[in-house]
Amino acid sequence: MSAAKYIEIQGVEQTFKTRKGLFPALRQIDLTVAKGEFVTLIGHSGCGKSTLLNLIAGLTTPTSGVLLCADKEIAGPGPERAVVFQNHSLLPWLTCFENVHLAVERVFGANENKAQLKARTEAALSLVGLTAAAQKRPGEISGGMKQRVGIARALSMEPKVLLMDEPFGALDALTRAKLQDELLEIVARTHSTVVMVTHDVDEAVLLSDRIVMLTNGPAATIGEVLRVDLPRPRQRVALADNPTYQQCRKEVIDFLYTRQTHVEKLA
Amino acid sequence: MVSAVFHTPLEAVAPAAPAVAAVPHPKPSVAAPLAPAAAEPARPASPSPWRERAAAFFRAVLPPLLGLGFLVLVWSLVAGSSDSGIPTPLATWAQAVGVFSDPFYQAGPNDQGVGWNVLMSLQRVGVGFGLAALVGIPAGFAIGRFEFLSRMFNPLISLLRPVSPLAWLPIGLLVFKGANPAAIWTIFICSIWPMIINTAVGVQRVPQDYMNVARVLNLSEWKIFTKILFPAVLPYLLTGVRLAVGTAWLVIVAAEMLTGGVGIGFWIWDEWNNLNVASIIIAIFVIGIVGLVLEFSLIKLATLFTFEEVKS
Repeated sequence: MSAAKYIEIQGVEQTFKTRKGLFPALRQIDLTVAKGEFVTLIGHSGCGKSTLLNLIAGLTTPTSGVLLCADKEIAGPGPERAVVFQNHSLLPWLTCFENVHLAVERVFGANENKAQLKARTEAALSLVGLTAAAQKRPGEISGGMKQRVGIARALSMEPKVLLMDEPFGALDALTRAKLQDELLEIVARTHSTVVMVTHDVDEAVLLSDRIVMLTNGPAATIGEVLRVDLPRPRQRVALADNPTYQQCRKEVIDFLYTRQTHVEKLA
Repeated sequence: MVSAVFHTPLEAVAPAAPAVAAVPHPKPSVAAPLAPAAAEPARPASPSPWRERAAAFFRAVLPPLLGLGFLVLVWSLVAGSSDSGIPTPLATWAQAVGVFSDPFYQAGPNDQGVGWNVLMSLQRVGVGFGLAALVGIPAGFAIGRFEFLSRMFNPLISLLRPVSPLAWLPIGLLVFKGANPAAIWTIFICSIWPMIINTAVGVQRVPQDYMNVARVLNLSEWKIFTKILFPAVLPYLLTGVRLAVGTAWLVIVAAEMLTGGVGIGFWIWDEWNNLNVASIIIAIFVIGIVGLVLEFSLIKLATLFTFEEVKS
């Protein structure tokens, strides 16, 4: 059953110790992600979406509960669960090529020769259309390009799971749309399992197989899971007046803005 | 050579100023009788770059020259008005020409040219600072990387750092039984703190994002050091180096006054004993200029290795 339950999250709870005492961030999270599935986590800011993603990445460990990936407990971060960070997190002193090569070398360096590693790095950069910028440093390219290098770095590791933390959040609308289309294409080609954090309703509906909606924090939990039954490949323009698309969109908006209206914290 | 800073630019500007001022005048007077209509658009185009260039030149050069001139003026007033024994700028200049005409003479262990004195001081600073870098930079990395070491050594550093380096000189004399190693030891002590502290702070301030990348990629400790830690810390480290060299150059003068031998600090003390005040003033300028050159070259070095991201 490991194909249908590729990632399993069972009764996960996360509590942070702060100066004001314990802060319950997540409670009772139960979720399974199938192999090759594209799942987005959506919710208001501060609801613990990124906390949940960090748990899957293994960057943090849960206060209680278990997380499994391919029937193995997630004990720490590892290259089989690649992360695309919100702020790209490229190393500014390395070129785009070197940034990707660092990941490739780590994952495949033991079994492959230099030419193969170089070919893998170049393939990853060409997948995101950045062959020409390979020798540039992150400071010399645009925000959208940096995010694409971040995606190339993650994909180059051939991860079992691709974790994305608001990868397009810092980009302008046009660049974001372009990268979403590219991501759709790449995922269709690589059949990756993706868990993505977003706060953009259209992005969630366009990309996901399922949308996991989180309630407001503190002590956030899964409020609702929506299946997006739209055939792939999906076309942004054609979907605009698709009734299923409209319906999904409406349901998410209804959840976010009617039932989970964002309340500013009093504290 | 020292006083040359004060005189030559002033002399160079004086003839240049009328030349610049004279340029705009002939142009319109030649153009006007020939074709008044054509001269109208040409007039703002041709004189203005000159005027702008001259203005930019004056903006850049005039204030520093005025500052130096002010210093020379105050100096002359002090030298002329009192019987303090301070030589006039001109007398100092005359002596400087003498001193720098033969900077590398050797007439015995306590009578050597100013060049030897500066080189000896620089050598002591170099050795002391180099040893401090060898110890301080790795120590800074260790203290920054490991919380336990940081808690262990922070009280010691806080306690010892404010101590004047010269207080360590007797310990150096006692342990090393020699003036030269004691001076080097003093330089070592004063330049190690900025390097430890800045390196440690740099390691602690490596963005968590970069460390998360390292964790997700599961990089080895060696790769983390060479690819992430070291490049991220380098700007902090170079700031530490710059502060250390600056402090060392401050301290060497005082240390050499106490230890004797050859060195710019000893030279000052020796000239004071000879009541040769002009030499002391020359030495002050030499120390200032060498310090300036050290600082400037280290800043240049630091900018080469700083990878601040340009916001796009």
